[in-house]
Amino acid sequence: MIWNAFLLAVREIRRNLMRSILTMLGIIIGVAAVITMVTLGNGATAQVAAEISGLGSNLLMVRPGQRMGPGQRSGGKSFNLEDAEAIRQQVASIVAVAPTANASVTAVYGNENWSSSVVGSNNDYFITGNWELAAGRKFSDSELKSGKNRCVIGNTIAKELLSGEDVLGKKLRLGSFSCEVIGLLKSKGQSMMGSDQDDTIIMPIKTVQRRLSGNQDVSMIRISVKPNIDTDVVNRAITMLLRDRRHLSDNEKNDFSVMDTREITNTLTGTTKVMTMLLGAVAAVSLIVGGIGIMNIMLVSVTERTREIGIRMAIGALEKEVLLQFLVEAVVLSSLGGIIGILLALLASSVGSALMGIPFMLDYSIIALAFVFSAMVGVLFGYFPARNAARLNPIDALRHE
Amino acid sequence: MKSREAPLIEFKGVVKAYGKGGSEFLALKGVDFQIHQGEFVAIMGPSGSGKSTVMNVLGCLDTPTSGEYLFHGVHVETLNRDQRALLRRNYLGFVFQGFNLLARTSALENVELPLVYRGLKRSERHAAARKALELVGLQGWEDHAPGELSGGQQQRVAIARALVTNPKVLLADEPTGNLDTARSEEIMALLSRLNSDLGITVLMVTHEPEMAAYANRLIHFVDGKVERDQYQEAKQ
Ligand SMILES: Nc1ncnc2c1ncn2[C@@H]1O[C@H](COP(=O)(O)OP(=O)(O)OP(=O)(O)O)[C@@H](O)[C@H]1O
Ligand SMILES: [Mg+2]
Repeated sequence: MIWNAFLLAVREIRRNLMRSILTMLGIIIGVAAVITMVTLGNGATAQVAAEISGLGSNLLMVRPGQRMGPGQRSGGKSFNLEDAEAIRQQVASIVAVAPTANASVTAVYGNENWSSSVVGSNNDYFITGNWELAAGRKFSDSELKSGKNRCVIGNTIAKELLSGEDVLGKKLRLGSFSCEVIGLLKSKGQSMMGSDQDDTIIMPIKTVQRRLSGNQDVSMIRISVKPNIDTDVVNRAITMLLRDRRHLSDNEKNDFSVMDTREITNTLTGTTKVMTMLLGAVAAVSLIVGGIGIMNIMLVSVTERTREIGIRMAIGALEKEVLLQFLVEAVVLSSLGGIIGILLALLASSVGSALMGIPFMLDYSIIALAFVFSAMVGVLFGYFPARNAARLNPIDALRHE
Repeated sequence: MKSREAPLIEFKGVVKAYGKGGSEFLALKGVDFQIHQGEFVAIMGPSGSGKSTVMNVLGCLDTPTSGEYLFHGVHVETLNRDQRALLRRNYLGFVFQGFNLLARTSALENVELPLVYRGLKRSERHAAARKALELVGLQGWEDHAPGELSGGQQQRVAIARALVTNPKVLLADEPTGNLDTARSEEIMALLSRLNSDLGITVLMVTHEPEMAAYANRLIHFVDGKVERDQYQEAKQ
């Protein structure tokens, strides 16, 4: 009987091909939209989270001056190496303290030259920045103390200047001096702001101060806090210490700022989550619109179908045989539509995430949800009008206008 | 005539009311008759006299408001929906006043449909459907959908669909209503043959005395009641 109903249903689908396709189209679009949107949204969120964790976890960044607005900082005298040392000595629960001084240089090797930025710091910089070495070593204590001409370079420098091979031991010219490459960083790729994180040269801070900037200034102090420690407490301790060292009286404002990456993380992941939810909501609307489309088509065809049910019953079909046929028809149609929608979504979201450079994060529960919803809509609107018709006297079903 | 045998069909005081309460309309106002196996009955009467209504009740497509309907001694008015469906499936063939064929469905598929519900195999169904179509003179038209057939051809497809199951009773509501005289004569000759050769009991509604002449009994309806019920010599 089921097989018979299945054959009848398939015949019916083929006979009313246009109606069947329109019905499926609603399901296809709805399912594909929801899955694609959520998959892309999840990928974007994961991407942002990954980039933030690449920034370093539990990181505090202390800079002189106060932020006045986008891109503007009020003055405030620079830090020095003693400030960094004081933080290391006196603030509890910290893992690494990396004072940094920056400079822009043109690096030359052979006939090649490349504009890049130099960061002067210590070995803690590798911890605070989540940098790992692909080859070579970090700085030795004596190299740091005396400010030797040694550098650890990013992947971009290695590629652009040294054509990627045997970078260790090579000597780069940076203006008036040259430095020996002792280490190569593992690639991190683009930051979420789009800048190339691998385009960097790291040197002992003393080397930068002496050879490039010509002063003792520390432009930023990066501090890694132990995991599971409240960064606010550490933040307060650093603020108190620095206020003290900078001789600020109680009624003076801070002339420096402490930034917490956790806040950035929260803001950014929060934003992308909201975006994902918005996209999902838009897609859900399209699923509902698809559902209404199915409903419309089913309701429009109800007159014809009611007469058809009347004919079938008049020639001896049982109510349950007719209903089974319609149920099978609705199930076949909506699951076929659902499957096509899923395939379409897989294609669209894999292409989309490749184009956007975000990970392909398939969420099976969303697939299941979209499928179940569309199947339910299909069955609901395919089955219930049929049930109403099959409960009529055959003659009333036949007379239906 | 055949009054000694138990009747195949018996109506006792059958009433059919349409609408409810104040606007109630009695389409059948107490109809009594007995029909025996093998009869060929023509039902006549003015438009609106209740001919189609009585056919629908006979065909178990509609239920009487009151009264008794016995088929083979079984009280049809007490049967449930499924039992009535099985009665239609196994004993009755119905030709509607307005064809009622499935749209966009070939003549062959329309005719074989009753056999689908009887559970016949595809090859058996097709053979039987072809034979029925041939019987009504539609060989070669098997693949045409109702939209591609004339009214008379559709009428014949509807007759073929009613015949294909070899029913015990054939109920035809104006089977020649859409046909020219020559075609009508052919259909009547066919019904006559089915009645005399296969022993199928035929009940037919018609407006035309020439067609009613093929029957051996004539029931005349007026205003929801049997006005005349007489046997006659059937034209061959
Ligand atoms: N579904 C219905 N609801 C209300 N009244 C109905 C319904 N069906 C039929 N009637 C009424 O019942 C009466 C008998 O109708 P019926 O169709 O049996 O007539 P008929 O004798 O077959 O007429 P015709 O020769 O025109 O086919 C008519 O007056 C009609 O208006
Ligand atoms: Mg009528």
